[in-house]
Amino acid sequence: MMTGDWLDIGPVGQIEAGTARTLPVEGAQELAIFHTLRGEFFAIVNACPHKKGPLSQGIVHGDVVTCPLHNWNISLRDGRALGDDEGCVPTIPLRVDAGRIYLLRAAVLGGGAEAAPAEAEV
Amino acid sequence: MRVTNGDADVNAPVNFEGNAFPEGPRERLVVIGNGMAGCRAVEEILAREPERFEITIFGAEPRVNYNRIMLSPVLAGEKTFDEIVINTPAWYIDNGITLVSGDKVERIDRDTQTVIAASGRTEPYDKLLIATGSDPFIIPVPGKDLDGVVTFRDLDDVDRMLAAADKGGSAVVIGGGLLGLEAAHGLSLRGMQVSVIHLMPSLMERQLDEAAGFLLRSELEKRGQTILTGANTQEIIGKDGHVAGVRLEDGTEIPADIVVMAVGIRPATGLAKEAGLEVERGILVDDHMVTSDPNILSVGECVQHRGLCYGLVAPLWDMCRALADHVTDRATGYEGSVTSTKLKVSGIDLFSAGDFSGGEGCEDIVMRDAARGIYKRVIVKDNRIVGAVLYGDTTDGSWYFDLLKKGEDVSEIREALIFGQAFASGGALLDPNAAVAALSDDAEICGCNGVSKGQVVSCIEGGAHSLDAVRSGCKASASCGSCTNLVESLLAVTLGGEVETGPATMCRCTSFSHDDVRALIIEKELTSIPHVMQELHWSTPDGCASCRPALNYYLLCALPGVYEDDQKSRFVNERMHANIQKDGTYSVVPRMWGGLTNPRELRAIADVVEKYDAPMVKVTGGQRLDIFGIKKEDLPAVWADLNAAGMVSGHAYGKSLRTVKTCVGSEWCRFGTQDSTGLGVKIERMTWGSWMPHKFKIAVSGCPRNCAEATIKDFGVVCVDSGYELHVGGNGGIKVRATDLLCKVATEEEAMEMCAAFIQLYREEARYLERTAPWIERVGLEHVKLALADAEAVRAYAARFHHSQCFMQDDPWAKRAAGERADLHQHLATVRPSDSSYQLEKA
Ligand code: SRM
Ligand SMILES: Cc1cc2nc3c(=O)[nH]c(=O)nc-3n(C[C@H](O)[C@H](O)[C@H](O)COP(=O)(O)OP(=O)(O)OC[C@H]3O[C@@H](n4cnc5c(N)ncnc54)[C@H](O)[C@@H]3O)c2cc1C
Ligand code: SF4
Ligand code: FES
Repeated sequence: MMTGDWLDIGPVGQIEAGTARTLPVEGAQELAIFHTLRGEFFAIVNACPHKKGPLSQGIVHGDVVTCPLHNWNISLRDGRALGDDEGCVPTIPLRVDAGRIYLLRAAVLGGGAEAAPAEAEV
Repeated sequence: MRVTNGDADVNAPVNFEGNAFPEGPRERLVVIGNGMAGCRAVEEILAREPERFEITIFGAEPRVNYNRIMLSPVLAGEKTFDEIVINTPAWYIDNGITLVSGDKVERIDRDTQTVIAASGRTEPYDKLLIATGSDPFIIPVPGKDLDGVVTFRDLDDVDRMLAAADKGGSAVVIGGGLLGLEAAHGLSLRGMQVSVIHLMPSLMERQLDEAAGFLLRSELEKRGQTILTGANTQEIIGKDGHVAGVRLEDGTEIPADIVVMAVGIRPATGLAKEAGLEVERGILVDDHMVTSDPNILSVGECVQHRGLCYGLVAPLWDMCRALADHVTDRATGYEGSVTSTKLKVSGIDLFSAGDFSGGEGCEDIVMRDAARGIYKRVIVKDNRIVGAVLYGDTTDGSWYFDLLKKGEDVSEIREALIFGQAFASGGALLDPNAAVAALSDDAEICGCNGVSKGQVVSCIEGGAHSLDAVRSGCKASASCGSCTNLVESLLAVTLGGEVETGPATMCRCTSFSHDDVRALIIEKELTSIPHVMQELHWSTPDGCASCRPALNYYLLCALPGVYEDDQKSRFVNERMHANIQKDGTYSVVPRMWGGLTNPRELRAIADVVEKYDAPMVKVTGGQRLDIFGIKKEDLPAVWADLNAAGMVSGHAYGKSLRTVKTCVGSEWCRFGTQDSTGLGVKIERMTWGSWMPHKFKIAVSGCPRNCAEATIKDFGVVCVDSGYELHVGGNGGIKVRATDLLCKVATEEEAMEMCAAFIQLYREEARYLERTAPWIERVGLEHVKLALADAEAVRAYAARFHHSQCFMQDDPWAKRAAGERADLHQHLATVRPSDSSYQLEKA
């Protein structure tokens, strides 16, 4: 079981494949946790680099989400806009271990360098 | 040499005491774990310096070392235990090895350099090798300890399964990975009724993508297994201390006489951890398989090397070589392994290797042959193969794997790569067009319709200069489409640069047009999105944001009541049953039948606006009220409040019926000829909830003054003294189009039946995202009139519409308000700062 640097956000089963769910962070930007049809998990900030559309609500295909507002395609892997569009949304390191999802604590707090180590509790 | 504890039976607790070597003391090597890695390591050492160590092997299992991976064929009845033994008693004896089997080591004392076994036997070591493998992971659900819950790891587990199979009945296998499916296959062959419960949406998701997972699932279902994906086990139900069934989180109960847990493995690190060695997920080792104690080595599934733990045998062999080199002072080092997987289920060919998740800079090359049940996908990055998934034809698996491991540049053979080694190495055949040109005239191009190359070429020469023309000319590629590439090559070869492109394909994932896809869904009885993608040779593993919603609609339209709507293939508004706004909140528009409302509804809307602090409420252009600024978390509660006042979803968000606009009509208006308001309400009651290729608007005006603007609607009724004029194909949006008159009818009933029939014709024929106006412009008003010319046809279309409406007229808001799909509305959790740290609060 991972602790310390990794924040346990619960079991994988709570996100249907092909969809995303949101994780608000007080004092930092809301995150979107994606589960792709290929079974991978990704965490990114839930705001499109175009006009802050909620990416969690887009259609997921491959490792890409299509923004629900103006159809930009955003790579879940590195947060970059694909095709002719330009922009990038921050990604948060994520690990899956024994059926649970963990986020890198420091990154959850907005790349916060001074993030204090904390105990994960679910 | 002495044999204790019985005779030299391979499957019995046997202890061979090695000779004390006369020529003086040797280094003492003690091995914990008489399994695949431990014994292989010993073999490797013996091959290098047979006389260097005095070796003692402890094994918890009461038998000699056997090939664990062959337990699956033993379970399936294809092999016996004797056939899978790797190291016979003679091997231990001949090599002077002391085997202590059926005796588990319980402690390592690093200070005294001894190991202590359960029997009390204490063995000193100079070098210790930990090869304890891994333990099956048991999910911590109630009932996990019941009699009849087994794992699949060693021969005893197989014996338990065989004993259960002898009695017949039902088996539930929890886990749809490699192990679980092999267990399920074996039990199924042994006559049990098998269900596989898998947490993830797709089988073997770590090795297979969704497309291959779909094929595997279809095949297993054909063989009579029940496959439940996305299924979370909640409890194992017992009766008199023995398993009786499994209950899933959604309440489903599956009876079971035996439950096999095959959800994964955990490196067996207990001993090492207690001895104070460095352990993370596995026992940490360096490139020479040395742990944090220089006298203690470790190999196999129990180790973690460069951050990775392995669960397959191929890496073990490499580890054992590095270990043997190290202890015999030839240090080479292990650098990690790339692994590949095959499923050992007879008749199913499946191969996967490397990273198939795709990603930045990765290019998917996909080939599907529906007729032969084949799916191949090779993932190329920077001109190198990084992964491969093959289903149905795995002959080239080892070739791809080899190219992958060597990291060879494949740009030279890129075009032909997916066709396999024979094709790609054919030198002259590198250009697919050249390959097709080289075919003889009687070579078969289209297997479905039996069309030869000669026939296709003469069809092209006879004037068919596009794919579509060839399809209608000689039927080649008109059925499953798997020969599309060949026909296109023939067009290119025969015509040079003259090839005409046909109607636009649906999207870049397919070579079929919308119309082809629709026709083929019906002709080939396709029932799900992955099914369509396989049969129609989609060139991407799971489609894109433009084909998925279209396929979802086509299936929904073709299979009312049968096809299960795929929410994840729907645009956000249709998934959330509300319109997303630029700030990520939603607007909510309840239905106001025919534009009518009453105090109760108005009060409920007013209350919602206040209760949820909606910043704006507005009268829409569609004769109803729109409440703005509702958060996704609040939607179900808002809907519950509106439902309570009798209001349902207005589908202002959907490719579906929107509004039926009316005017006051004969009841009040001095010019009114008929009850336009009443008819509008009836029409809206009949048509609400139906999904369409695009949004659909209706209006009913009481006289030709046309206050309801019926002549710019998809379907418009203009009442006149003698009856009802029915108009179609109007649009007031981007490009204004006035309606065409379809016909005039005498009664309300006829007007309603024609409305239903017209909608169904549009639903069945228009392309996804094509409104009635462009559709009619494309097919011509005459086509529509002809289709609805006789009463019989009108009745049939209307009947199909009514049938599909039986399944559509469920208020989606009510279901959400009642808690359905709460996951779409709730946050996963909230991360909040506490005194000194951040903590998670569950939603
Ligand atoms: C709310 C409303 C405007 C208003 O405040 O009055 C509206 C709002 C939107 N319209 Fe509209 N349309 C509204 C009546 C109309 C009308 C008038 C009518 O229905 O009589 C038209 C012209 C009639 C027609 O459709 O032929 C109209 C033609 C469009 C079009 C152009 C359609 C076309 O075929 O050219 C779009 C764009 C589209 O659908 O692609 C559009 C798209 C939109 C969208 C859905 C834009 C979007 O994709 O987010 C707006 C959603 C706002 C929201 O969140 O609610 N809206 N829109 C009206 C809702 C009616 C209702 O009660 O459901
Ligand atoms: C049914 C099945 C099918 C498989 N199919 C494949 C396949 O097709 N391809 C593939 O590559 N891999 C397959 N595997 C995985 C493969 O068998 C393992 O990767 C391999 O056996 C690991 O070797 P190991 O020596 O690390 O562990 P093991 O082979 O498990 O050996 C460890 C041994 O140590 C013993 N032990 C543990 N603790 C102690 C202790 N304290 N004292 C004494 N003894 C102890 C255990 O009893 C066990 O016998 C399969 C596994 C199973 C169970
Ligand atoms: S006209 Fe329709 S789509 Fe355009 S801004 Fe107004 S509501 Fe939005
Ligand atoms: S906000 Fe995402 S595409 Fe515009």
